[in-house]
Amino acid sequence: MTLTAETSRTARPWRERLLSGGSWTVLALLVLILAVIVVINPSFAEPMSLMAFAKKTAPLVVLAVGQYFVIVSGEFDLSVGSLVGAQVVIAARLMDGDEALTWPVLGLMLVFGLLVGLVNGLVTTLLRVPSFITTLGMMLVLFGAIRLWTGGAPTGALSESFRVLGRKGFPDVPGQFQVPYALLVALVVVGLAVVLMRRPFGRSLVAAGDNAVAVAYSGASVWWLRTRAFLLSSFLATVAAVLIGGFAGVTAQVGQGLEFMAITAVVLGGVALGGGRGTVIAAMVGALTLEALFTLFNQLALPSTVRPAVQGVILIAAVAYAARRRRT
Amino acid sequence: MHLLLDNYQKIPRLVDMRADDDAHAPSPDPVLRLRGVGKDFFGTSVLREIDLDLYPGQVHALVGENGAGKSTLMKVIAGVHRPETGTVELDGAPVSFPTPLDAQHAGVATVFQEFNLLPDRSVAENVYLGREPLRRGTVDRRRLHADTTRLLDDLGLTGITPWTRVGSLSVAQQQVVEIVKAVSYDARIISMDEPTAALADQEVALLYELVRRLRDRGVAILYVSHRLQEIYDLADTITVLKDGNHMLTAPAGEVSPDRLVSTMVGRDFAGFFPDRPADLVPGEVRLALAGSGNTMVDGIDLEVRAGEIVALAGLQGSGRTEIAHGVFGIAPFTRGRMTVDGQPVQVRTPRQGVRHRLALVTEDRKSEGLALGQTVLANARLVLDAVLPRASDRRARAVPGVLTSLDVAASTVAAARDAEVQYLSGGNQQKVVLAKWLVTEPRVIVLDEPTRGIDVGAKRAVYDLMRTLTADGAAVLLISSELPEVVAMADRILVVRDGRIAGELPGGSDETAVMALATGAA
Repeated sequence: MTLTAETSRTARPWRERLLSGGSWTVLALLVLILAVIVVINPSFAEPMSLMAFAKKTAPLVVLAVGQYFVIVSGEFDLSVGSLVGAQVVIAARLMDGDEALTWPVLGLMLVFGLLVGLVNGLVTTLLRVPSFITTLGMMLVLFGAIRLWTGGAPTGALSESFRVLGRKGFPDVPGQFQVPYALLVALVVVGLAVVLMRRPFGRSLVAAGDNAVAVAYSGASVWWLRTRAFLLSSFLATVAAVLIGGFAGVTAQVGQGLEFMAITAVVLGGVALGGGRGTVIAAMVGALTLEALFTLFNQLALPSTVRPAVQGVILIAAVAYAARRRRT
Repeated sequence: MHLLLDNYQKIPRLVDMRADDDAHAPSPDPVLRLRGVGKDFFGTSVLREIDLDLYPGQVHALVGENGAGKSTLMKVIAGVHRPETGTVELDGAPVSFPTPLDAQHAGVATVFQEFNLLPDRSVAENVYLGREPLRRGTVDRRRLHADTTRLLDDLGLTGITPWTRVGSLSVAQQQVVEIVKAVSYDARIISMDEPTAALADQEVALLYELVRRLRDRGVAILYVSHRLQEIYDLADTITVLKDGNHMLTAPAGEVSPDRLVSTMVGRDFAGFFPDRPADLVPGEVRLALAGSGNTMVDGIDLEVRAGEIVALAGLQGSGRTEIAHGVFGIAPFTRGRMTVDGQPVQVRTPRQGVRHRLALVTEDRKSEGLALGQTVLANARLVLDAVLPRASDRRARAVPGVLTSLDVAASTVAAARDAEVQYLSGGNQQKVVLAKWLVTEPRVIVLDEPTRGIDVGAKRAVYDLMRTLTADGAAVLLISSELPEVVAMADRILVVRDGRIAGELPGGSDETAVMALATGAA
């Protein structure tokens, strides 16, 4: 074939570059769901409701971005839900509402989060345990250890200043329009992630998900690339824990199932399982779509117990859709 | 392919297997008839108005450069692609195979380059995969083995037993198992896509024998190959494709090798290899190994100087690639000394290799060289991003210029940021691999089979590059199975045999001398 023919079928318009793959489908889906919500409940379109929606969705966006790093490099992180739970419970118990302990406890959470990511990464890359198993094990270990430590019921309380990020916004006048801090945090996370993926690290990470051998033979340390992805995932799970703790407070169930929500969001955004394909923006759109869908369920007064089943169907359908696209 | 043109005149034919004109006069009715077949991909036509007739008991060679449309045509016949225009007739009746399985059941079998075998199952289990004879609900192993034995005996394949694990067979034998599998479906038409591509020279005879037996049984064979010698050894009829167009179909005896090549390429071959510059004197020793070895190779002594091209010749599996992997830290040497520019170095990982400004263009660009789903630019930046992230943005600006210097079309260079590497031709993919190393400005560059499976134009670009690199003072270590390439390009030839260096020959040596050393005949 001629060279011009080659390029004419490979040149991707900018729209593709921004979202990649099947992500435009999910963006259309998001718009559709939001439109249906507005039709059912026109007040959803008001700025305050939208900000409330953003505030509620922000932690999932942060988690999805963390999960994105891991998935695009060809791995999974199932431990993030348990990690969020553990972080909130640890924070509440250690500070027990004491304002003076807010910063030291945040520092400790950071260290703990990075430690979990480091263990996930090193066990997966150096001991060659599939990440599915490593992080499944980590999920159980964290879950069990926290139960053991607290005797089953979390105690203590989060300090007010700890809860600001997840709960408040500016201007801080009750009952008026405000931009939630959580939204800002999520936007900063997404922005930094987009920049990071355009840097040598990001390109190497995606390439490693695509063909780890070629990347290794090009001089990359693939184990360290992937370990950094796990570190990022655990770090962002810690950020999400701060937002969720602030938003929802301390319960025994906090964090439960978040790992699957994050994975569903990322996959819904068209990021390929197995790695090598997909963008941060797509993962974010996936997270927004999933939350919007659950909001729609609320509007339709469906019981919240329907969520896991729907999520499971979405997960399978999204992967099946992606697999079909790739075949044809 | 020109390489084999050279061979064609020099090397006596292994066996002349062309059908005797009287014994195998074409029967009047073709078993498969293609008329006006055309195929588009994404609006680009890759096949136009192809006519093809396959007759029972005849070998029909399909030749052309990479990207000429050979594989697409095979896939149309195999039911993988459906043609946009034209008709496919089987025994005079129009057919359209919805899936490859339908084609197989209709007696049209295809043996692709990639093996579809399960390495941990036996030969018999592979041949009858999914349709094992059953007895009381479980596999009737006795019949399975008996059936397979009969098949193998019919084809005169005494070297393979039904219960052998496929993974333990040689590549040639695995190729044979693929063909046996096709035969087991009572295939009347078998197409083979470069069946000898992965085979060492001494293994080719096994395949020849099999093709001959199939032909004698009245099977129509479509044979795709790059190697001219094979085509003239085996084919009754030759069809040439170029850029998706049907250029020529003629009896093999009526097409001279010269005409065949010029039809394929659209130009002549004279002066194909760039000349060795007369004024280039090798400089300092860039790479030296002394007594280097590991579990696969041993006692390797070699020197490559600045401005020099040293070839590692030898049979497949002789240890050439293993030496390259040792140098570059993929499978590091555990013994001996290695120096780069006179400095003793330890290279335990490719990363350390890159740091010492070594480069390795691997043998298999798809599995070891490229991330196929990423863009051309991302692939060209792989090494920079991995090892020199801080300099990556600055140095990556050289990528378009490097690609252009490798004779990549301007439109492809312009699309480097968007085009995924997987959609490029083999030649352009190889150029991207070369580019990713060139932007690191290597002092020693190891090229492992750099021209395998790429078209003539791209080959020429690789040879020109080797000359440019050496003129700029780099040292080149060339690993190649293509003897004409070795002889014409290298200043010195080291012949590897059984993991050791068996001897050294000067550049321009006779190919037979190299082969004699490689096989141990000398």
